[in-house]
Amino acid sequence: MGSAHNRPLSDPEIRVKALESLLVEKGLIDPKIIDVLVDTYENKVGPHNGAQVVARAWSDPQYKKRLLDDGTAAIAELGFTGMQGEDMVVVENTRDVHNMLVCTLCSCYPWPTLGLPPVWYKAAPYRARAVSDPRGVLKEFGVNLPNDKEVRVWDSTAELRYMVLPERPAGTESMTEAELAELVTRDSMIGVALVQSPA
Amino acid sequence: MNGIHDLGGKHGVGELDVETNEPIFHGEWEKQVFGIFFGLAPHGFFNLDEFRHAIERMGAAKYLNTSYYDHWLTSFETLLVEKGVITAEELATRCAEVAKEMN
Repeated sequence: MGSAHNRPLSDPEIRVKALESLLVEKGLIDPKIIDVLVDTYENKVGPHNGAQVVARAWSDPQYKKRLLDDGTAAIAELGFTGMQGEDMVVVENTRDVHNMLVCTLCSCYPWPTLGLPPVWYKAAPYRARAVSDPRGVLKEFGVNLPNDKEVRVWDSTAELRYMVLPERPAGTESMTEAELAELVTRDSMIGVALVQSPA
Repeated sequence: MNGIHDLGGKHGVGELDVETNEPIFHGEWEKQVFGIFFGLAPHGFFNLDEFRHAIERMGAAKYLNTSYYDHWLTSFETLLVEKGVITAEELATRCAEVAKEMN
Protein backbone atom coordinates (compact mmCIF):
# COMPACT_ATOMS: atom_id res chain seq x y z
CA MET A 1 0.00 0.00 0.00
CA GLY A 2 2.48 2.67 1.19
CA SER A 3 1.78 5.88 -0.67
CA ALA A 4 -1.28 4.38 -2.38
CA HIS A 5 -3.54 5.12 0.53
CA ASN A 6 -4.92 8.59 0.90
CA ARG A 7 -6.58 8.52 4.29
CA PRO A 8 -5.34 7.87 7.80
CA LEU A 9 -5.66 4.24 8.90
CA SER A 10 -8.45 3.44 11.34
CA ASP A 11 -7.70 2.05 14.77
CA PRO A 12 -8.41 -1.59 13.85
CA GLU A 13 -6.48 -1.21 10.59
CA ILE A 14 -3.40 -0.16 12.55
CA ARG A 15 -3.85 -2.90 15.15
CA VAL A 16 -4.28 -5.73 12.65
CA LYS A 17 -1.26 -4.61 10.64
CA ALA A 18 0.80 -4.49 13.81
CA LEU A 19 -0.39 -7.86 15.06
CA GLU A 20 0.01 -9.56 11.68
CA SER A 21 3.55 -8.25 11.26
CA LEU A 22 4.54 -9.49 14.74
CA LEU A 23 3.07 -12.93 14.09
CA VAL A 24 4.76 -13.22 10.69
CA GLU A 25 8.07 -12.14 12.22
CA LYS A 26 7.77 -14.85 14.87
CA GLY A 27 7.03 -17.39 12.16
CA LEU A 28 3.58 -18.13 13.57
CA ILE A 29 1.44 -17.35 10.55
CA ASP A 30 1.98 -17.66 6.82
CA PRO A 31 0.20 -14.95 4.82
CA LYS A 32 -0.03 -17.24 1.76
CA ILE A 33 -2.04 -19.87 3.61
CA ILE A 34 -4.21 -17.14 5.06
CA ASP A 35 -4.93 -15.77 1.58
CA VAL A 36 -6.21 -19.17 0.46
CA LEU A 37 -8.58 -19.41 3.42
CA VAL A 38 -9.89 -15.89 2.94
CA ASP A 39 -10.49 -16.64 -0.75
CA THR A 40 -12.39 -19.82 0.16
CA TYR A 41 -14.85 -17.99 2.40
CA GLU A 42 -15.07 -14.93 0.17
CA ASN A 43 -15.58 -16.71 -3.13
CA LYS A 44 -16.38 -20.40 -2.72
CA VAL A 45 -18.46 -21.09 0.39
CA GLY A 46 -21.79 -19.28 0.45
CA PRO A 47 -25.57 -19.48 0.36
CA HIS A 48 -25.47 -21.14 -3.06
CA ASN A 49 -24.51 -24.26 -1.07
CA GLY A 50 -27.57 -24.05 1.16
CA ALA A 51 -29.73 -23.35 -1.89
CA GLN A 52 -28.69 -26.71 -3.35
CA VAL A 53 -29.74 -28.42 -0.13
CA VAL A 54 -33.14 -26.71 -0.24
CA ALA A 55 -33.67 -27.50 -3.93
CA ARG A 56 -32.80 -31.15 -3.33
CA ALA A 57 -35.25 -31.33 -0.42
CA TRP A 58 -38.01 -29.80 -2.55
CA SER A 59 -37.32 -32.26 -5.37
CA ASP A 60 -36.70 -35.49 -3.47
CA PRO A 61 -39.07 -36.42 -0.60
CA GLN A 62 -36.69 -39.11 0.66
CA TYR A 63 -33.87 -36.58 0.87
CA LYS A 64 -36.14 -34.13 2.64
CA LYS A 65 -36.98 -36.74 5.24
CA ARG A 66 -33.30 -37.46 5.83
CA LEU A 67 -32.57 -33.73 6.02
CA LEU A 68 -35.17 -33.13 8.71
CA ASP A 69 -34.17 -36.31 10.61
CA ASP A 70 -30.40 -35.70 10.58
CA GLY A 71 -29.45 -32.38 9.01
CA THR A 72 -25.71 -32.83 9.43
CA ALA A 73 -25.61 -36.16 7.58
CA ALA A 74 -28.00 -35.12 4.80
CA ILE A 75 -26.10 -31.88 4.17
CA ALA A 76 -22.85 -33.84 4.12
CA GLU A 77 -24.31 -35.97 1.29
CA LEU A 78 -23.97 -32.86 -0.89
CA GLY A 79 -20.42 -32.32 0.33
CA PHE A 80 -21.03 -29.39 2.67
CA THR A 81 -19.18 -30.10 5.89
CA GLY A 82 -16.69 -28.44 8.17
CA MET A 83 -16.22 -25.70 10.67
CA GLN A 84 -19.38 -24.13 12.09
CA GLY A 85 -21.51 -26.82 10.52
CA GLU A 86 -20.59 -29.82 12.65
CA ASP A 87 -24.06 -30.17 14.16
CA MET A 88 -26.88 -28.98 11.90
CA VAL A 89 -30.61 -28.93 12.50
CA VAL A 90 -32.90 -28.02 9.61
CA VAL A 91 -36.27 -26.52 10.50
CA GLU A 92 -39.10 -26.62 7.97
CA ASN A 93 -41.41 -23.75 7.11
CA THR A 94 -44.96 -24.91 6.47
CA ARG A 95 -48.38 -23.42 5.92
CA ASP A 96 -48.76 -23.12 9.70
CA VAL A 97 -45.23 -22.46 10.96
CA HIS A 98 -42.54 -19.94 10.08
CA ASN A 99 -39.01 -20.40 11.45
CA MET A 100 -36.26 -17.82 11.82
CA LEU A 101 -32.71 -17.97 13.16
CA VAL A 102 -30.68 -15.80 15.47
CA CYS A 103 -27.65 -16.06 17.71
CA THR A 104 -28.42 -13.86 20.70
CA LEU A 105 -25.07 -14.49 22.41
CA CYS A 106 -22.69 -14.19 19.52
CA SER A 107 -22.96 -14.70 15.77
CA CYS A 108 -23.25 -18.48 15.39
CA TYR A 109 -24.26 -19.31 11.83
CA PRO A 110 -24.00 -22.36 9.56
CA TRP A 111 -20.89 -21.50 7.54
CA PRO A 112 -20.74 -24.57 5.19
CA THR A 113 -24.27 -23.96 3.88
CA LEU A 114 -24.71 -20.18 4.19
CA GLY A 115 -21.16 -18.81 4.20
CA LEU A 116 -20.21 -15.99 6.56
CA PRO A 117 -23.05 -14.07 8.19
CA PRO A 118 -24.09 -10.55 7.13
CA VAL A 119 -23.34 -7.63 9.46
CA TRP A 120 -26.98 -7.19 10.55
CA TYR A 121 -27.10 -10.80 11.78
CA LYS A 122 -24.06 -10.17 14.00
CA ALA A 123 -25.15 -6.72 15.21
CA ALA A 124 -26.94 -5.94 18.47
CA PRO A 125 -30.38 -4.79 17.14
CA TYR A 126 -31.21 -8.06 15.36
CA ARG A 127 -29.87 -10.23 18.18
CA ALA A 128 -31.87 -8.25 20.75
CA ARG A 129 -35.17 -8.02 18.88
CA ALA A 130 -35.39 -11.34 17.00
CA VAL A 131 -36.45 -13.04 20.22
CA SER A 132 -38.64 -10.29 21.73
CA ASP A 133 -40.34 -8.97 18.58
CA PRO A 134 -39.87 -11.48 15.77
CA ARG A 135 -42.97 -10.37 13.84
CA GLY A 136 -41.82 -6.75 14.00
CA VAL A 137 -38.37 -7.73 12.73
CA LEU A 138 -39.92 -9.80 9.94
CA LYS A 139 -42.07 -6.81 8.90
CA GLU A 140 -38.93 -4.70 8.58
CA PHE A 141 -37.56 -7.35 6.24
CA GLY A 142 -40.80 -7.10 4.25
CA VAL A 143 -42.32 -10.35 5.52
CA ASN A 144 -45.89 -9.93 6.74
CA LEU A 145 -47.20 -13.16 8.18
CA PRO A 146 -50.83 -13.87 8.99
CA ASN A 147 -51.54 -13.65 12.72
CA ASP A 148 -52.49 -17.30 12.93
CA LYS A 149 -49.15 -18.46 11.54
CA GLU A 150 -46.89 -19.59 14.36
CA VAL A 151 -43.41 -18.04 14.47
CA ARG A 152 -40.58 -20.11 15.95
CA VAL A 153 -37.25 -18.42 16.67
CA TRP A 154 -34.21 -20.68 16.98
CA ASP A 155 -31.26 -19.40 18.99
CA SER A 156 -28.06 -20.93 17.64
CA THR A 157 -25.22 -21.96 19.90
CA ALA A 158 -21.51 -22.51 19.62
CA GLU A 159 -22.13 -26.20 18.93
CA LEU A 160 -25.48 -26.36 17.16
CA ARG A 161 -26.45 -24.44 14.02
CA TYR A 162 -29.84 -24.19 12.37
CA MET A 163 -30.94 -23.65 8.80
CA VAL A 164 -34.46 -22.93 7.56
CA LEU A 165 -36.01 -25.05 4.84
CA PRO A 166 -38.27 -22.45 3.21
CA GLU A 167 -41.66 -23.21 1.69
CA ARG A 168 -41.54 -24.09 -1.97
CA PRO A 169 -43.33 -21.30 -3.82
CA ALA A 170 -46.29 -21.85 -6.14
CA GLY A 171 -45.64 -22.05 -9.85
CA THR A 172 -42.43 -24.07 -9.54
CA GLU A 173 -43.89 -27.54 -10.14
CA SER A 174 -42.09 -28.08 -13.44
CA MET A 175 -38.75 -26.57 -12.42
CA THR A 176 -35.56 -28.61 -12.25
CA GLU A 177 -33.48 -28.83 -9.09
CA ALA A 178 -30.91 -26.42 -10.55
CA GLU A 179 -33.63 -23.92 -11.47
CA LEU A 180 -35.14 -24.19 -8.00
CA ALA A 181 -31.76 -23.54 -6.37
CA GLU A 182 -31.58 -20.23 -8.24
CA LEU A 183 -34.73 -19.04 -6.44
CA VAL A 184 -33.44 -19.72 -2.93
CA THR A 185 -31.92 -16.71 -1.16
CA ARG A 186 -29.68 -16.47 1.88
CA ASP A 187 -32.34 -14.56 3.79
CA SER A 188 -34.95 -17.26 3.11
CA MET A 189 -32.66 -19.81 4.79
CA ILE A 190 -32.21 -17.48 7.81
CA GLY A 191 -35.98 -17.11 7.84
CA VAL A 192 -36.21 -13.35 7.30
CA ALA A 193 -37.53 -13.73 3.74
CA LEU A 194 -39.83 -16.04 1.81
CA VAL A 195 -38.82 -17.65 -1.46
CA GLN A 196 -40.68 -15.82 -4.20
CA SER A 197 -42.48 -17.47 -7.09
CA PRO A 198 -40.62 -17.09 -10.38
CA ALA A 199 -41.60 -13.92 -12.25
CA MET B 1 -21.53 -15.05 32.17
CA ASN B 2 -24.25 -12.38 32.31
CA GLY B 3 -22.50 -9.82 30.15
CA ILE B 4 -23.47 -7.39 27.43
CA HIS B 5 -23.04 -10.09 24.78
CA ASP B 6 -26.24 -11.72 26.12
CA LEU B 7 -28.38 -9.48 23.92
CA GLY B 8 -31.63 -11.43 23.57
CA GLY B 9 -34.57 -9.15 24.40
CA LYS B 10 -32.46 -6.09 25.32
CA HIS B 11 -34.02 -2.72 24.59
CA GLY B 12 -32.28 0.39 23.35
CA VAL B 13 -29.52 -1.15 21.26
CA GLY B 14 -30.46 0.62 18.03
CA GLU B 15 -32.29 -0.02 14.79
CA LEU B 16 -31.79 -2.82 12.29
CA ASP B 17 -29.41 -1.68 9.59
CA VAL B 18 -29.51 -3.98 6.56
CA GLU B 19 -27.01 -3.35 3.79
CA THR B 20 -28.14 -4.46 0.34
CA ASN B 21 -25.62 -6.41 -1.74
CA GLU B 22 -23.34 -6.54 1.24
CA PRO B 23 -19.76 -7.63 0.51
CA ILE B 24 -18.36 -10.57 2.50
CA PHE B 25 -15.63 -8.36 3.95
CA HIS B 26 -15.66 -4.60 4.41
CA GLY B 27 -12.08 -3.72 3.64
CA GLU B 28 -8.74 -5.51 3.70
CA TRP B 29 -8.38 -5.30 7.46
CA GLU B 30 -11.43 -7.54 8.00
CA LYS B 31 -9.88 -10.17 5.71
CA GLN B 32 -6.63 -9.92 7.66
CA VAL B 33 -8.43 -10.46 10.97
CA PHE B 34 -10.42 -13.40 9.59
CA GLY B 35 -7.25 -14.92 8.18
CA ILE B 36 -5.24 -14.54 11.39
CA PHE B 37 -7.85 -16.70 13.14
CA PHE B 38 -7.04 -19.60 10.82
CA GLY B 39 -3.34 -18.84 10.88
CA LEU B 40 -3.31 -19.14 14.65
CA ALA B 41 -5.67 -22.11 14.96
CA PRO B 42 -3.09 -24.90 14.37
CA HIS B 43 -0.86 -23.58 17.17
CA GLY B 44 -3.50 -24.25 19.82
CA PHE B 45 -2.68 -21.13 21.84
CA PHE B 46 -6.39 -20.89 22.68
CA ASN B 47 -9.57 -22.78 21.90
CA LEU B 48 -12.87 -21.45 20.51
CA ASP B 49 -14.43 -21.11 23.95
CA GLU B 50 -11.53 -19.01 25.17
CA PHE B 51 -11.78 -16.96 21.99
CA ARG B 52 -15.46 -16.18 22.61
CA HIS B 53 -14.89 -15.61 26.31
CA ALA B 54 -12.25 -13.00 25.56
CA ILE B 55 -14.87 -11.17 23.45
CA GLU B 56 -17.43 -11.46 26.24
CA ARG B 57 -15.09 -9.78 28.72
CA MET B 58 -14.35 -6.78 26.51
CA GLY B 59 -16.61 -4.53 28.56
CA ALA B 60 -20.07 -3.32 27.62
CA ALA B 61 -19.23 0.09 26.17
CA LYS B 62 -16.43 -1.21 23.97
CA TYR B 63 -18.46 -4.27 22.92
CA LEU B 64 -21.36 -2.16 21.65
CA ASN B 65 -19.21 0.46 19.98
CA THR B 66 -16.94 -1.78 17.96
CA SER B 67 -17.60 -4.03 14.98
CA TYR B 68 -17.58 -7.80 14.73
CA TYR B 69 -14.06 -8.16 13.38
CA ASP B 70 -12.79 -5.63 15.90
CA HIS B 71 -14.17 -8.05 18.53
CA TRP B 72 -12.10 -10.83 16.97
CA LEU B 73 -9.00 -8.65 16.87
CA THR B 74 -9.46 -7.64 20.50
CA SER B 75 -9.79 -11.29 21.45
CA PHE B 76 -6.51 -12.18 19.66
CA GLU B 77 -4.70 -9.31 21.39
CA THR B 78 -6.04 -10.28 24.81
CA LEU B 79 -5.32 -13.99 24.50
CA LEU B 80 -1.92 -13.78 22.79
CA VAL B 81 -0.70 -11.47 25.54
CA GLU B 82 -2.25 -13.57 28.32
CA LYS B 83 -0.71 -16.75 26.89
CA GLY B 84 2.69 -15.13 26.59
CA VAL B 85 2.92 -15.42 22.79
CA ILE B 86 3.50 -11.67 22.47
CA THR B 87 3.86 -8.93 25.06
CA ALA B 88 1.59 -5.94 25.44
CA GLU B 89 4.65 -3.72 25.09
CA GLU B 90 5.79 -5.11 21.75
CA LEU B 91 2.25 -4.84 20.42
CA ALA B 92 1.92 -1.23 21.55
CA THR B 93 5.32 -0.38 20.09
CA ARG B 94 4.45 -2.01 16.77
CA CYS B 95 1.09 -0.21 16.62
CA ALA B 96 2.86 3.11 17.17
CA GLU B 97 5.36 2.27 14.40
CA VAL B 98 2.61 1.30 11.96
CA ALA B 99 0.63 4.44 12.76
CA LYS B 100 3.70 6.61 12.24
CA GLU B 101 4.70 4.91 9.01
CA MET B 102 1.24 4.76 7.43
CA ASN B 103 -0.32 8.00 8.61
